[in-house]
Amino acid sequence: MHAVVCIQQVPDTQELQVDFNAGAIKRGGVPLVVNPFDEFAIEEAVRLKEKHGGNVTAVTLGPPSADEALRTALAMGCDGAVHLLDEAFDGGDTWATAVALAKAVEKVGEYDVLFFGKATVDGDTGQVAPRVAALLELPMLNFVAKIDEIDFDAKAVKVERLLETGREVVRAPLPAAISVVKEINEPRYPSLLGIRKAKKVDVPTWDAAALGLDAESVGSAGSLCKMERLYQPPARAGGEIVPGEPADAAKAVAEKLIDQGII
Amino acid sequence: MADEYKGILIYIERRRDGAITPVGAELLGKGRELADKLGGELAAAIFGPGAGDAAAELFPMGADKVYVVDHDMLKEFRPRPYAKALAQLAQEVGPAVLLAGATTQGRDLAGAAATYLKTGLTADCVGLEIDDAGVLKQTRVSCGGRVMSEWVTAEARPQFATVRPKIMKPLERDAGRTGETVAFNVNLTADDDVGEVVSFLEATETVNLGEADIIVSGGRGLGNPEGFGVIKELAECLGAAVGASRAAVDAGWIEYASQVGQTGRTVSPKLYIACGISGAVQHLAGMGTADVIIAINKDEEAPIFKIATYGIVGDLYEVVPVLIEEIKNRRS
Ligand SMILES: Cc1cc2nc3c(=O)[nH]c(=O)nc-3n(C[C@H](O)[C@H](O)[C@H](O)COP(=O)(O)OP(=O)(O)OC[C@H]3O[C@@H](n4cnc5c(N)ncnc54)[C@H](O)[C@@H]3O)c2cc1C
Ligand SMILES: Nc1ncnc2c1ncn2[C@@H]1O[C@H](COP(=O)(O)O)[C@@H](O)[C@H]1O
Repeated sequence: MHAVVCIQQVPDTQELQVDFNAGAIKRGGVPLVVNPFDEFAIEEAVRLKEKHGGNVTAVTLGPPSADEALRTALAMGCDGAVHLLDEAFDGGDTWATAVALAKAVEKVGEYDVLFFGKATVDGDTGQVAPRVAALLELPMLNFVAKIDEIDFDAKAVKVERLLETGREVVRAPLPAAISVVKEINEPRYPSLLGIRKAKKVDVPTWDAAALGLDAESVGSAGSLCKMERLYQPPARAGGEIVPGEPADAAKAVAEKLIDQGII
Repeated sequence: MADEYKGILIYIERRRDGAITPVGAELLGKGRELADKLGGELAAAIFGPGAGDAAAELFPMGADKVYVVDHDMLKEFRPRPYAKALAQLAQEVGPAVLLAGATTQGRDLAGAAATYLKTGLTADCVGLEIDDAGVLKQTRVSCGGRVMSEWVTAEARPQFATVRPKIMKPLERDAGRTGETVAFNVNLTADDDVGEVVSFLEATETVNLGEADIIVSGGRGLGNPEGFGVIKELAECLGAAVGASRAAVDAGWIEYASQVGQTGRTVSPKLYIACGISGAVQHLAGMGTADVIIAINKDEEAPIFKIATYGIVGDLYEVVPVLIEEIKNRRS
């Protein structure tokens, strides 16, 4: 069994700072973490390995600091990692990011499952996974809450996808791309031993040339979408505390809702 | 293949029973406005068995033309054949703008279709506008609601976006409107026949969070799982869906499918009632675009009060029953 997990390093949302004048999100000084949904992806891959044997490779595309995200993945039980590192990768949209990730996944070699998080908590597009799957012609199993059955000999997987109106059970051949939601598991904390081992792992860095891509086809140059403006959302009107005893306030609110035609 | 990109094409999502989901009418409403500004027609694409019959419903919603796409492989939604079919249709029709709902299905479909089309895709838009140069400005919210950004699709066409449900307004239904229905033949191969839907386990909740006009949510302040009883009672009285904070989900009081927020669902109801929820940024990320927010919390310092349209400081077990009673009284 070989699972590849695509992970991204993101700013901790609680601490996030945005410089609206510079039109950018500040990375420096803000704690960086593994994208929360990607922790579920790492955990699921490591559980598959623990049950079926084999190994797990984590892949990230990101600035030098993203190495820490890979170390976390290694400490959680991944066996190897690859860092896509090149200034040319900067500023990529989901297309440009997916193009580089797809090449990297191919270069990593044969695999059975390619894991993703449902979305990143900063960009929140949820598009990288379907794009990579389309580029690699893999079946895409999105929003997976449970792997019901997986058979590496018969090359088949059965999963439950969490949709708006319920759960869809789908069967697909392996290799397949899977994006996971929070319900799938509870990610472990890296053990001290894991952290120590992770530090020693040799993580190769691949630039655009190593992926056989020219600098124009990745990052902002290779992007199909361009951001023109970054701004602060208009402040919400609100903040009105309805005065009075709780029961009176409740009555007043019910009245407002009905009078204003809200309910 | 189209050599000039004109007009608007809307992907119409259908439920498992074939009915059109509400985001379709919302996109046609917005699409009408965009098409009138941009020039060109407003077309809709509807897939799967019985699509031809459902097509007639789309004209009163604003469509000028409906492309009906049916095929053995399109019996139910599966990302590969659906995305291939949508990409082929878009290549043939050549719309300047292509839109789908930012639902699970829409996101699944659009990511793949945009890749086959080698075009950009702006996810989960909350604003769309044609500028004076005829370019689609696509507005989205990110970083848990704290950042807004405006995007354009540089050169690639169509300009493709998924749109958050409940943000755009449908048109007033005009039963007199008619239009042209066109059957489109897709070319799918055995390679596209990927994924087999084995079964579907319908959620027990009757109201879908994403489509609900009103959501009543409970948080850690409920204190125990039974607390959802009073939340459900209020929801029932309002015809609302039930949501929850992550703290309530992690405590095992309610299933994850009900979680609202950054690692749960994003919702935009007309009314959101937060009971015993403090208002952490990760929760606000999922509901900050609600039209009206009511917060019930016994701590007057709770951050949720900063964004609530109306805040009630008090014990939810005292407040919610009064709300229920008062609403019932006033309605009768
Ligand atoms: C990466 C990450 C992702 C996250 N994703 C999400 C997410 O998707 N959704 C989400 O909700 N959270 C998310 N969180 C968690 C979030 O940070 C908060 O911890 C969570 O929202 C708190 O839930 P709560 O408001 O119910 O609980 P608390 O913060 O504990 O608040 C409970 C509130 O209830 C009030 N209260 C207590 N008793 C009563 C009573 N009897 N009557 C009235 N009020 C009462 C208290 O005053 C308090 O304000 C995430 C966190 C992280 C780190
Ligand atoms: N730069 C990246 N490097 C590795 N994986 C990524 C990267 N960006 C996105 N992903 C993967 O794609 C998923 C969805 O991301 P997004 O489409 O950006 O919301 C994430 O949860 C990751 O699994």
